[in-house]
Order: sequence, then C-alpha cells, then structure tokens
Amino acid sequence: MQTEGYIHSIETFGTLDGPGVRYVIFMQGCALRCAFCHNPDTWRIGTGRRITVDELVEDIQSYRPYFQSSGGGVTVSGGEPLLQTDFLTLLFQRLEGLGMHKVLDSGGFADLERIKDLINITDLFMLSIKHGDLSRYPEICGSSSERPMALARYLTRMEKPVWIRYVIIPGVTGQKKDLEQLADRIRRMPNVEKVELLPYNTMGVYKWEYLGLHYSLKDIAAPDEQQMAEVRTYLQGLLPSLAIY
Amino acid sequence: MQFTAWEGFNPGAWMDEVDIRDFIQQNYTPYTGDSSFLQAPTERSRKLWEKIKELLWQEHQNNGVLDVNTHVISGINAYPAAYIDRDLEIIVGLQTDAPLKRALMPAGGIRMVRSALDAYGYELDPQIDAIYSHYRKTHNQGVFDAYTPEMRMARKAGIITGLPDAYGRGRIIGDYRRAALYGIDYLIQDKNKALYGLDCDVFDEALIRQREEFTEQISALREMKEMAASYGIDMSRPARNAREAIQFTYFAYLASVREQNGAAMSLGRVATFLDIYIERDFKRGDLTEEGAQELIDHFCMKLRMIRFLRTPEYNELFSGDPVWVTEAIGGMGLDGRTLVTKSSFRFLHTLDNLGPAPEPNLTVLWSERLPRGFKEFCAQISIRTSSIQYENDDLMRPYWGDDYAIACCVSAMKLGKQMQFFGARANLAKALLYAINGGVDELLGLQVAPQFMPITGEILDFEELWDRYDQVLEWLARLYVNTLNTIHYMHDKYAFERVQFALHNTDIYRTMALGVAGLSVVADSLSAVKHARVKIIRNCEGLASDFEIEGDYPTFGNNDPRVDDLAVMVQKTFMEKLKKHPTYRNSHPTLSILTITSNVVYGKKTGSTPDGRKAGEPFAPGANPMHGRDHKGALASMNSVAKLPYRYAQDGISYTFSIVPAGLGRQAEDRCRNLVALLDGYFKSGGHHINVNVLEKETLMDAMEHPEKYPQLTIRVSGYAVNFIKLTREQQLDVIRRTFHTGL
Repeated sequence: MQTEGYIHSIETFGTLDGPGVRYVIFMQGCALRCAFCHNPDTWRIGTGRRITVDELVEDIQSYRPYFQSSGGGVTVSGGEPLLQTDFLTLLFQRLEGLGMHKVLDSGGFADLERIKDLINITDLFMLSIKHGDLSRYPEICGSSSERPMALARYLTRMEKPVWIRYVIIPGVTGQKKDLEQLADRIRRMPNVEKVELLPYNTMGVYKWEYLGLHYSLKDIAAPDEQQMAEVRTYLQGLLPSLAIY
Repeated sequence: MQFTAWEGFNPGAWMDEVDIRDFIQQNYTPYTGDSSFLQAPTERSRKLWEKIKELLWQEHQNNGVLDVNTHVISGINAYPAAYIDRDLEIIVGLQTDAPLKRALMPAGGIRMVRSALDAYGYELDPQIDAIYSHYRKTHNQGVFDAYTPEMRMARKAGIITGLPDAYGRGRIIGDYRRAALYGIDYLIQDKNKALYGLDCDVFDEALIRQREEFTEQISALREMKEMAASYGIDMSRPARNAREAIQFTYFAYLASVREQNGAAMSLGRVATFLDIYIERDFKRGDLTEEGAQELIDHFCMKLRMIRFLRTPEYNELFSGDPVWVTEAIGGMGLDGRTLVTKSSFRFLHTLDNLGPAPEPNLTVLWSERLPRGFKEFCAQISIRTSSIQYENDDLMRPYWGDDYAIACCVSAMKLGKQMQFFGARANLAKALLYAINGGVDELLGLQVAPQFMPITGEILDFEELWDRYDQVLEWLARLYVNTLNTIHYMHDKYAFERVQFALHNTDIYRTMALGVAGLSVVADSLSAVKHARVKIIRNCEGLASDFEIEGDYPTFGNNDPRVDDLAVMVQKTFMEKLKKHPTYRNSHPTLSILTITSNVVYGKKTGSTPDGRKAGEPFAPGANPMHGRDHKGALASMNSVAKLPYRYAQDGISYTFSIVPAGLGRQAEDRCRNLVALLDGYFKSGGHHINVNVLEKETLMDAMEHPEKYPQLTIRVSGYAVNFIKLTREQQLDVIRRTFHTGL
C-alpha cells in the first residue's frame, strides 16, 4: 500500500464541501480537463506536496473539537482524488478507526473494481455530474460518462449516501432539457440526499492564463443569482422531495 | 441588615456584608431557551435613538468631536443635571452638561489635555492651564520627574510604548452593582468600618496611604449621592425596582467616567445581576418584556455616548475613539448552572434594536456548556453585526471564579476584589533587532539598550541570535517593570481612582499587566533563521537594515509545531524574566498578547525584520499570524494561536478573525452552526479570546469612500469594536489587507 500521496493544499475550515466544519484535502492530479475547472493548477500528476498518511492523520486530529460540535469531518477533493486510491484507502481506514466522518468529492472517473474498498468506508460521496445529457460528457471534460455512471449505480446498490454536484454553465449545462435529463438520472438514485447546484464562476480563469492554457468558455458569463434561482426552482419542480441548493 | 427594598429576594450571606456574587447565586434565574421572547424597541426607544444618531453624525462631521467643555475641571458634581430629551429618557444622566460634550480631566496630565484641545481647535481655559502647570502637579509630571534617562530613551525609541504615563491608566472596574443592591449609605458605613480598623501602633507608609485612600473613597461616595440628587434621585438607599437598579448602576459608572479619563473604563458584569430585579418586577406585575427591553435599550444608549478627550497621537494608537465600556455576558457558574439569563439576551439584542455599535464592548464568556439557544443567538448576532467578542470562560473560571469581568479587551478580574496596573506593551520585534545590532536602535541609530557585541556575521545563526535575544529580553524585562512601577506609584499619588476603589473590597488583589507586541513577527523571524538562510544587509552605519531570505521556512498560523513552539518559547521566556523583578504594591505580574490597533504604529516604528517584513510595515494585531502567511485556512491559524499558554499570559491573548459570510457556509443555518462550532472548537483547543467579523470586503471598501452610507458599520479589531468610519485611512487599509478567510 502507498503511504505517501501528493496533495495540492489543505483548507482547515471547509464549510462548503460536506456537512459541518470540514478538513478539506485537495489532492494533486487530475486526468480530466473540465472546461469550467477553476483549479487547473491541481491537474498535473506527480507534482504537489508529498505527504504521508501519518502526517495527515496527526494534523487532522488536532481539529477534532471543531468537527465534533458541527457534525463535520474530513473531505477529500481535488484534483481527482480517485487517482490516488491506495493512499486514500489507507487514510480513510485510519480515520475510520478514529470515528471520523469521511467524504469523497469526485467526478467518479475510476475503475470501479479498484475503488470499491475505498467507497465502502466512505460515509458520503459527493458525485459531480458533468452534464445532464450523458452524451455530452466528452465535450465538457474530455472523457465518457461510462465510469462515473457505473460508480453511480454501485453507490445506489450499496445504499451509500450521495450528494450530487452540478455546475450550471449558462447555455451549456443549464437548459431545461439538460435539467430534465439530470432529474431522470437522479430519480434512479434513491440514495441521493441532496443536490448542490454550483454557479459556474470565472475565478480560476487567471490560473488558466498563468498556466498557458486555452480557456474555451471565455465568452460565457457566470450566472447571476436570478438565473441560479430559476434553475433551482425548475429542478426542484422536477424533484419535489429532494433538498436542492 | 434588612432593607424593604430587598423584599422578595432570597436571603444569604450577601445581607451581612457586601457580596454581590452571593446575591446573584441565591437569586438569579438561569435561562436555557431561545431568543423568541425578545421584543422590538418601543416607540420611545426609537425616537430617542434617532435623536442620538443625529448627534453622532454631527460629531463625525465635526472631526470626531462634537464639543468640549473647556472651562470646567471635570468631577462627580462638576455639571448640573442635563438631558437629551427629558420626556423620552427613562435612564438619565449625562457625562457633562450636554450630550457627547467632552470633559477636561487634567489630573492624568495637562499636556495631553492641551494638545488634544489644540488638535480639535479649542482653547484651554488659561486659569485651568495655570492651575495644573504651576499649582497642582499631575500624574504625568510626577512620572517624568522620576523617569531615568534610559526609560525616556526606551519610550522614545518605542521599545516600550503606549504607556499610561500621560493620561489615566484605566482598566480598573468598580463593582457598580453595589450601588444598586446596597445603596450608598451602606457602602459609606462599610468603608468607615474599614477605616476604623486601620488604626495600628505603627503608622508606616502603606497604612497612611490606605487611610488616605479610604477617606477619598468615602467622599467620592458622598458626592455620588449628590450627583444622583441633582437628577432628583435618592441613591442613599438600595434600588427598589429594575429601573432604579439600572439607574443606580449607571450613576455609579457615570461618576467614575466623570472623574477618570482611563485607558479603558469597563462596566463589569451587570446583565445577570440586573435580571434578578427584572424578574422580581415581572412577578410583581410591574413590568412587561417590552418594558424590560426598553430599560436595557436605554441603558445601552447611555453607554454608547461616553466620551473622552484624547489626542490624535492616542487615536493613532487606539483608533476609533474607544472607551471600552466592556460588559461581560454569560459564562457558567461554579455550581454548573449557566449564568445566562434572559437579560444576557436582552443586552445582545440591543445590537438589533439599535443597530450595531462598538460600545458597550459586549463580551460573551463562552463555555462549551452554554445553552444551545444562547450560543446560536450569539452566532446570529455576530453574523449580522460583527459587534461581539468572545472569551473562554472554561479557561478563565478556574483562575478567577464565576464573578469576574473583563477590563478593556481581554483582562479578566474578579469584580470588586481585583485590579490591575495597566502596562501597555513591549515591542518584541524591535528587541530582536537590538539583539542583532548590539542594543542600537535600528531607526534612531542611538544606543538604547546597554552596549553589547552586535552580531557581525553575514548569515544569522539561530543559537547566536537566541543567546543575544535572551540578553536583550533580560534587560527589557527589568526596565519595563521598573518603568511601570514608577508610573503606577505616581498614578496612585496624583490621579487616584477614588470612585472605582470605593466600589472595591478593602483587600485588593493587584496584577501588573505587562504586554507584548509583535510575537508572530518574532516567531517567524526565528523560524526563518532556523529553517532557511537569512542574510543580513547592513547600512552605512553597520546596522542591520534589511534581510534576504533564501529557502522556505514554516510560518506561525499553520499549526506547525516547528514555528509555533518558537512563539511559545518567546512568550514563556519573557514572562519568566518579568517575574524576577519586584513590583509596585507587590502586584502579581501578568502578560497580555494584545495590540489593539497599535500594531500599525508599532510596525511603523520598527525596522525590517528577519522574517521578510519590511521596515514600517504593520505587525499582525494581538497574537494573530502575519497576514498572508497562513496557508491552511482559519482553523490552522486558530490552532497556532490556541497553543500560546494562558498560564503565561494571564492578562489575555487576543485573536481577530474575519470572514466573508459565504465562508461560513451556504445556508443561514449552516453559517450559524459552523460559527458555533468554530467557537466551541477554538476554546476547547485552549484559545482565550476571539473577535469575530463577518463582512464582505467590498462593504469595507465602499465604507471608506462613502462613510455617510455606513454610520453604524462596526468591526472588531484586536480586543474591541470600532465604528469603521472612525478609523484612520491607514488603519482601514490595514483591516482590509488582513487575512480575510474566504472559505472555498
């Protein structure tokens, strides 16, 4: 097993990535190239800071009082965390032993067989769906929806709690038909507890430029509050019994 | 003793002698519910607050000072009764003869008064000037008569600074509740008894001084009664109902702020005490919830109007015209019951009813065991107003019991039983430069500390630097304590706080509250020297004027023991050295890590430091990490600060936290829960104090340009709250630049 991993950074007061106050580990490395990514600096594989499971666990432990009061815990995000499955499995096993709540925030691009051990000890999976129309996955992230959907089915079968995350890119992912397809997908997953609609934002554009990358969404503006509210209302109408934010 | 005013109270030891704590314990009603009982302001409160707001805006437009009474030496009875609007005020009494008009209090120092008047375009009455220049010596004159050349030099260089040697020292809290529970006549009797007991065979200096002090206190009490009488109120007997209890408490406080322009004039811990009267009035059918809230709203309006005449230099140090009318709220009792009452809520609710304000400085004593409803209410008010500070009751209770209050920002003291000799702070970052430069001040080029071998190498070596630093701290500790001894000897002699001490016990536990600034600069500097390569750049005089750092080094604020331990080591080392020196009146030395807003001025007066901070750049406030150097988010930063041991800084460790609302979570209820968790977690980890600001950066930037849109915008800075538009531009920028935790 691999006891060292590559991380991009740590946020000790994560309040947006799972329930309560969370210690968020942003893993370094991602094979996808999502057009809207605001952390392209987490893409490169094999770079970043090397850290051992022991180091992480020791650091995480010092934040326990904050987790206890809020029902929080640890969230692993990225990058694509599933690229470092062995490392994370080891980390989650240790955290499991300490009774800590563990969240995986991922696009689900991994060989299901390789990540089952990790999934089984994950308390909540935050699955990011790239597009309601699965055939448009490659256009958004350069990869097909096959693996993420296999994972989604597995999560449902295992009755694992899931939060869906969906980025609203005006004109690209936020059309009514996109949302209808998204709703269809979610209806087939009774294990989904919550849907988080995230407004596409341009905060990361400067990073693309800094990294010398071409940003294809340049002409698309971030949705305003009203647009987001409309999308939310529409999706809520399609999924009346789900918590949608 | 038995008064008719005490009918309906449970008896106890408090009836036989002055014992407010016992009265509270026998009579208060803990409240564990939520905030749904609270009432909106009455029409009368709204109208009165509108009038005051108008005056406050005039004051702002008039350069921050509405008016000054330049021909009266302030005192308990220096002014006739005055009102804002007699028909609207249910709690009466102004500090001078008109609202927001400032008073002359020259006993601390006439020079300060003169230059303050100059700065605001007023002229000092020549007769008063003559009296305090030629006939009646001031505290300030006394101190400078006794200062050594070395003390003057250290003061000039700013290695010790902010010293209360030109104005009132403050940080002494009278137990103002005593006036309400016992009435003045009883308190006079009690003091007379104490004076009677001070008749021994040997009349030594201490005994003579004490006799004089008690007599002074007795006359202050008599004058307090007269002041009340001028408003048609009889304070000779105990308060008979809630309105009188608040009025008497306020009058006792008012007497003290008519006499003392103290560096901090705190109120104490009155909410739960007053709640007992409110509950009794409820039982008698004399008061409704609306009426109770009205009383508290009116009390707080008065407290929002306390003013002192201060110089622009003072303002540069402690900006925003602070008074530190600190009121400690909540906490837990020694018996495990919470000290939260409905009135704890009512005080905080004034921030909703009247809008945010820096004063009174509402300070919540946080315990993990506080009722959930109260915790959530506090968090909601913080999110809405940024006007509350929090301190760790679970940490302080073992030291100070369950009837302590907070003087100024972070200084705990047992009410009526304890006081402190306020000592401002020593600049630890400058001291580090003295260690490198052989005691020569890096900016003045003068030998301030005794001459010793400077560091001559090109690359700083940790062991060598620490060895020199230790020597400098040794010298600094001695000089610092001696300077404070001088200051407080003279303050007792020339500007004795007779009102506040009249509301103290006979035997008082005294602390000498020393302080430090620049701890995170020193920790990072030592870390850079230890973990990276720091090269000295010398100027033409051979003084280290800048540093070049090669390589990475861990910085304070990331929960990294490699540097956090260095901060703790510096704190402990300095405290141990301070303890070695004899103190005035056998006071017990304590330490604070608190700068208030003076971190900007300290930075200005300090050369470049080995952590890469350039000459003139501000320090971080209080115990905060340097801005931009905490890379792991808010909790890592807080955990670094929480490691600084309270045992070695019993005068308090201040931390300021600012976050944008979205950084606390997506939904309102998430934000509330996460803020509660942040406070629970920080205090459980050993943190002592935290200011919480929940603001958009853009709001602050807009307020800089359009102050008229934000007359009540309040933010918390190290240890107190300020009206943002009252800060100097430089300080406004410093606040904005500081780490805003944005979340992700």
